[in-house]
Amino acid sequence: MNMNHPIVEIRNVSFDYSGEIVLQDVSLDIRQGDFIAMIGPNGGGKTTLLKLILGLLKPNRGTIRVMGEPSRKASHHIGYVPQNVNINRSFPITAMDVVMMGKLEPGRQWKRQTASDRRDAMEALDRMEMAPLADRKIAELSGGQRQRVFIARALVTQPQLLLLDEPTASIDTKGQTDFYKLLKELNQDITILVVCHDLLVISTYAKSMACMNRRLHYHDHNDITGDMLQSMYACTVEEVCPVELVTQFHQNSFDKRVKG
Amino acid sequence: MIEALQFEFMRNALIAGLLASIICGIMGTFVVVNRIVFLSGGIAHAAYGGIGLAFYFGWPFLLGTIGFSLAAAMIMAAITLTAKHRADSVIGVIWALGMAFGIILMDITPGYNVDLMSYLFGSILSVPRSDLWIMVGLGLLITALVALYYKNLLAMSYDEEFARIRGVPVKTLYFLLIGMLAVTIVLVIQVVGLILVIALLTIPPLIMEQYAKSLFQMMVGAGIAGALFTVIGLWLSYTCNLTSGASIIMVSGIAYFLSLLISRIRIAIKTRSKQNNGKLKNMSSRS
Repeated sequence: MNMNHPIVEIRNVSFDYSGEIVLQDVSLDIRQGDFIAMIGPNGGGKTTLLKLILGLLKPNRGTIRVMGEPSRKASHHIGYVPQNVNINRSFPITAMDVVMMGKLEPGRQWKRQTASDRRDAMEALDRMEMAPLADRKIAELSGGQRQRVFIARALVTQPQLLLLDEPTASIDTKGQTDFYKLLKELNQDITILVVCHDLLVISTYAKSMACMNRRLHYHDHNDITGDMLQSMYACTVEEVCPVELVTQFHQNSFDKRVKG
Repeated sequence: MIEALQFEFMRNALIAGLLASIICGIMGTFVVVNRIVFLSGGIAHAAYGGIGLAFYFGWPFLLGTIGFSLAAAMIMAAITLTAKHRADSVIGVIWALGMAFGIILMDITPGYNVDLMSYLFGSILSVPRSDLWIMVGLGLLITALVALYYKNLLAMSYDEEFARIRGVPVKTLYFLLIGMLAVTIVLVIQVVGLILVIALLTIPPLIMEQYAKSLFQMMVGAGIAGALFTVIGLWLSYTCNLTSGASIIMVSGIAYFLSLLISRIRIAIKTRSKQNNGKLKNMSSRS
């Protein structure tokens, strides 16, 4: 792949669900080595943008190219961790078999699962510290453990780009710090786009930030300063603890709703 | 039961029931995990329209019914894929329409009148030998197709979006699945009736879902459970002189509620022992 080419090239993309505009004129380049955190209100179009990049949805206007190809053809280069890991909870499947799904490949449908496939899957589980639970049914795992299995499934695809949709929703605070450390480590060879609500994460781990609310605003890490956060949330990171920051954030959005 | 097997119709009934159990074990597993029980019911009832067509035009029974059911099933599959939020209503419409269509065609067919009850509950005691061979062939075909596409069907059933990203041809596969389901339903209806089809498609896989660790285990378990219910049901029907289809369903239904009860008790015991462990830990940490 040409290193100068962005991995994902989004140009003037608009999308609506039966008349209701979700994305408007969105453009974004995701380049090799990026670690982008995407924030935005619920219903702001974050998940929709991920699904457009994956080729699961088609834009009404504009183009999306992944590795220089239309997204539908290149989506297997992307590792995807969906937001809802609790779908089909009672499904009779083990953690190992969920990860093995990542070994499906276009044009390889007929290939048998080999021992090396299973080794790769076990390695991915091990990386997420889930190897001892590989033979457990997915229903017997906790929400956080299921999340780790899904991340392992994305890793085993050996992706160029990792898309994670609110991956820490069901992980406790300690687990979250560990998790973002792991992402940072992965970022050495994988490009990452992660949807999250945690501002602290953005300033500590992410290299850049995308604010998504129908339109997309992109900020380089250098721009993410106390000033900017101040203008957004009317308080600085240094002065308050994260909990206060979050409550402040909710208060602000509440105020806005009341005023609007 | 043993002495009952000296009658050929009893032997045929038993074989038909066992074959239906195996086929329904495989397809029913997909029905349960993909949550398409209602769609299966729609296919089964709409099939009556096909029966009416076959009688009215004097077509061979299987050809007319399978053709009509396949067409109805494909429409339902297409709607499920394109307009999920409307799918159940539209399936309900096709369900009713197909059935009404069949009944009206029966009305205007001169001279012949099919008993609706035998369609609902089947006539497992009058299955001809030729039907058994058709079921064997169908069973082998379905087993082969499922074995061939197992990985892909599994991925689609568990997480359709991820399957699409990994290049699994989800749409084609879904139509294949619904097509296989339609053929299964028609062939098994002929033998055991449409109510027993729905029961065999849902109850044994549902019971097995909580014990199985893979779709394969669920299919095998459901096949065995279905066969067991069929044998017990037929024995009850023979000894107590009851309707065979209904007896099999009663046995399955009771087994289902028993399995629910057992799993409740298991969970209760588990949580209690956990709580006790917690208490012990607390006590030991205090001392």
